[in-house]
Amino acid sequence: MAQREHAQRGTRSEQDVDEVEDVPATRSTELDADVDAILDEIDDVLEENAEDFVKSFVQKGGQ
Amino acid sequence: MSVRRIMGIETEYGISVPGQPTLNAMLASSQIVNAYAFGALSPQRQRPRWNYAEESPLRDARGFDLSRADADASMLTDDDLGLANVILPNGARFYVDHAHPEYSTPEVTNPRDAVLWDRAGVDIMRRAMDLAAREPGGHPIVLYKNNTDNKGASYGCHENYLMRRDVPFANIVRVLLPFFVSRQVYAGAGRLGIGQDGSVLRYQISQRADFFETEVGLETTLKRPIINTRDEPHADPELYRRLHVIVGDANMCDAATYLKMGATALVLAMIEDDFLAKDEWAPRYPVRAMHAVSHDISCTELIELADGRMMSAIDIQEAFADRAHDYCLERFGDEVDQETKDILHRWTDVLDRLRTDPATCARDVDWVAKLGLIEGYRNRDRLEWDAPRLQLIDLQYSDLREGKGLAGVLESKGALERLWSDSDVAEAVNEPPRDTRAYFRGNALARYPESVAAASWDSVVFDIPGRASLVRVPTMDPWRGTALHTSDIFDRSPDAATLIAELSGNPDGGAASEEQG
Repeated sequence: MAQREHAQRGTRSEQDVDEVEDVPATRSTELDADVDAILDEIDDVLEENAEDFVKSFVQKGGQ
Repeated sequence: MSVRRIMGIETEYGISVPGQPTLNAMLASSQIVNAYAFGALSPQRQRPRWNYAEESPLRDARGFDLSRADADASMLTDDDLGLANVILPNGARFYVDHAHPEYSTPEVTNPRDAVLWDRAGVDIMRRAMDLAAREPGGHPIVLYKNNTDNKGASYGCHENYLMRRDVPFANIVRVLLPFFVSRQVYAGAGRLGIGQDGSVLRYQISQRADFFETEVGLETTLKRPIINTRDEPHADPELYRRLHVIVGDANMCDAATYLKMGATALVLAMIEDDFLAKDEWAPRYPVRAMHAVSHDISCTELIELADGRMMSAIDIQEAFADRAHDYCLERFGDEVDQETKDILHRWTDVLDRLRTDPATCARDVDWVAKLGLIEGYRNRDRLEWDAPRLQLIDLQYSDLREGKGLAGVLESKGALERLWSDSDVAEAVNEPPRDTRAYFRGNALARYPESVAAASWDSVVFDIPGRASLVRVPTMDPWRGTALHTSDIFDRSPDAATLIAELSGNPDGGAASEEQG
């Protein structure tokens, strides 16, 4: 079912299909490099005592 | 119709006072709203109060009224408990709801604008945090745009969509159950913790999913239903209903809010035009399916449908997106507007990427972005799932403090897609949308602050010097009171008395109704 619907859309728009095939390889490697750089930055901003900080975040329910 | 319709977003923010866990949350929330009202608004604008006269939160879309005696106290939102409650010059409402500060965007006409005025709400909360911290004896208050404390409490980010009254509610329910069960795959904000109390330390797609316990109902705070039946249109009830959507997560990423609102608006257009009448993707067990979809970060789990078929959340969303493509092609052909085209493209594109590898959605899907950080830490520092630092990342992702909030860090690196610039957002903090009645409300407040006694979604009440009673200007049609309708009149009216005379079509007033003050 899912496969068939996927194929249907593919035939309607060739462009969509091309894009999909390109995306995974390039984006994943870029993301890995990005994540490393971002983690270094986040190290500096994370709250110091993680356990206490998370524990003390207690909310009253809302809607 | 396209993605264009009257819509809005109301968000309850998480609130904490570090080092003061016993501080009353209702009080802290009031401090936030009051700090903004007194610190950021001109003295005259602090006065107008919210007018509850037209609010009826106990009206049910199924056609009956819940008696007030039967209602849980938390449902009586129209009782003015004396809590802080202000109307902003951008037409939004900023107030305390239960024990959270809440911001309701002004009415907008499209998803992109919904994102803009929702972001304005974030700026307003940030400013309120700064102002509250400066109060003598005040403690720094921290706000979070999330939906749970991972200890059993949840608070909402509700979407509102104006719909045609003549559409049978049963049709809405039938289509929206499968849509909401599966929409999480791109709209979820991510959560480390399974179960309402988050005690099972695994990652799931949605902040909210585990708090839904029933399919259809009026409640929003207990036994939460996937389809909420509150029917309070704030518009002509003969013509409109307001669909009040309570299943969504509060998104940090502009692109996620945009697609969530846009795809939902397209589905509502298809419901109104009866385009989906023959299509059924109803899950056999909707509540169970909602939880299962959220708990499966591979997005491959198959859901059993009422007709016996098995489909994944991505399959169901693709079926909706395919129908939406067909719908727009059939209705508009090449005339489809840019924003609708953009939503259709993004919708299909994000589903394709989720199917190939969810990690490719780190720029436009919150749960993927957050999971990327958590996985990054797990790999780099070899952390187990119960490491407190991972739970901190979950929480701090939605921290609104500049430099502290992790979504903000990602945005500053260009790693989360933004739709609007800082200056666009700063402008929307004080400027209402130009194409809804919010324009009238916002301008009335900005231009004649001393003459506006009260306002609500569907009226502005003026206190005109020399008049014994207040003058109420109804704004029942959300599509009127726009810049097109009223900017000339505002420009011709140096004071509120002239405005009222102009609106009434004669110098003595008349059309605007008078009410006792």
